[in-house]
Amino acid sequence: MTVITDALCPFCGCTCDDITVVVEDNKITEVKHACKVGAAKIKGHHRIKAPMMRTDKKGEFREVSYDEAIEAAAKILAGSKRPLMYGWASALCEVHKKGILLAEELGAIIDNTATVCHAPSTLAVHEKGLPSATLGQVKNRADVVVFWGSNPVHAHPRHMGRYSVFAKGFFNEKGRRGRKVIVVDVRKTDTAAMADEYIQLQQGSDYLVISALRAILAGQAAVVPDAVGGVPKEQLVKLVDTLKAAKFGAVFFGMGLTQSISRYKNIDNAISLITELNAFTKYVITPMRGHYNVTGFGNVCAWETGYGTAVDFARGAPYYNPGETAANDVLLRKETDAAMIIAGDAGAHFPADSVRHLARIPVVQIDPYWNPTTEVANVVIPVAICGVEVEGTAYRMDGVSLRYRKLIEPEHPTDIEILEKITERVREIRGD
Amino acid sequence: MTLKVNLITGRTIDQGVTIENKTSSDYQEATAYCELNSNDAGKVGKPGSNIKIKTAHGEVVVKLKENNGNPDGLAFIPMGPWANALVDPDTKGCGMPGFKGIQATIDATNEKVLLMKELIARYK
Repeated sequence: MTVITDALCPFCGCTCDDITVVVEDNKITEVKHACKVGAAKIKGHHRIKAPMMRTDKKGEFREVSYDEAIEAAAKILAGSKRPLMYGWASALCEVHKKGILLAEELGAIIDNTATVCHAPSTLAVHEKGLPSATLGQVKNRADVVVFWGSNPVHAHPRHMGRYSVFAKGFFNEKGRRGRKVIVVDVRKTDTAAMADEYIQLQQGSDYLVISALRAILAGQAAVVPDAVGGVPKEQLVKLVDTLKAAKFGAVFFGMGLTQSISRYKNIDNAISLITELNAFTKYVITPMRGHYNVTGFGNVCAWETGYGTAVDFARGAPYYNPGETAANDVLLRKETDAAMIIAGDAGAHFPADSVRHLARIPVVQIDPYWNPTTEVANVVIPVAICGVEVEGTAYRMDGVSLRYRKLIEPEHPTDIEILEKITERVREIRGD
Repeated sequence: MTLKVNLITGRTIDQGVTIENKTSSDYQEATAYCELNSNDAGKVGKPGSNIKIKTAHGEVVVKLKENNGNPDGLAFIPMGPWANALVDPDTKGCGMPGFKGIQATIDATNEKVLLMKELIARYK
């Protein structure tokens, strides 16, 4: 029996680094300190045992060798005029690097799960920048914490405990009692139920409410109507007073902003509010990133290509224009003629029309588990689980890079090995 | 009666726990339902009964759940293939489909909730 302490959790953007894992006979038998989501991910369960292939997507899969599956995958991708390579967020940065290399080789579009998560936040950051801080700064300093369109009790279960609400910090010895917690949402979530102040706005009115807060902050409360987005003006005026009274304020936002009408403009406006608050006191804003290494993909892709995601290599040089080159854009336009889905599940998390198009084109899936993408795949290549069976680098939601150790020996090849072999075969097929 | 709602989709902790186990009944239980407050829910059925939700983009049958955190007229379905049968695919020029703020109607139904495999088979 081996006990591994201070292991990192490979589930959400909190990347908790205090996990204890008990290993017996190369099996994880116990996971301590993790939330139930993290524990479920680390423990794992029924894996896809061997590579599988089929020609008819309505037919059954037959098990094949890794060589046969890699050969089929390389042929599909090399023969494609407009390949899409999507997923990546549940894999380590070393995998991303290999994937971007293959995308360049193929002239493919490479996009990650941020496309249905925080990619609009990136668009806003292009416009306004991001006044931000590490989670350690928030833990040590924040006395006002705002969650806007974000429900960490469900999506980031240890965020409040480790970093933002309950944690005691260097300048905040009282923990929860030393912080004022504000939740802005469209329904009273379990996070809202724990807040000191809950502001319920009408769904889709975030932009209006942020604009009203900016007007009040600028001393123009007179122009604000009696209610904005269903929120009484008095409540908004009181909120601005609370925000201004902070010594160090931290705003965390989620899909409530990125997926509602106005999309990236909501975040653009929120960043402006934070910038303006910094004229009075210290404020930071941080997106609540979902997958543990979705931030890592954005970083690797940015330093390799100049852009964070939705990068199109068709012109021979990186081109980026979400709305045109994001995964759902090219699927909905029926432009993609083959797809590789890796470390992400488009079948489960894309709109029906996008999945319909995936069901019509050749699909290669690289993943440890059977999921809705498997249902529309032609070639399925099972791999080791990054962060549990594979070591490497991931980026926490605040951009801090952390090194994951291998907890157990893998029984499957790694994503890196599979991508290297596919790239090698693609080059041979194309005669490069 | 037919109930008109504004539909949003999003994460829940049980959706997260079962996300790597999408062929399981646990995943279906964690994601193939729709939450309404008890006032709205009472108009279309009892908690646990089947309801059919329709939008301009698709329709799906899920279980009815009550959550009194929801204001009147707001429906919530955990993210996943059942929710995504209904969402607005339009990426509004920035790559992001409309996963929140979709006009929908809800009716009681005797039709069954499709398994994940059956649901995806509709797209083939």
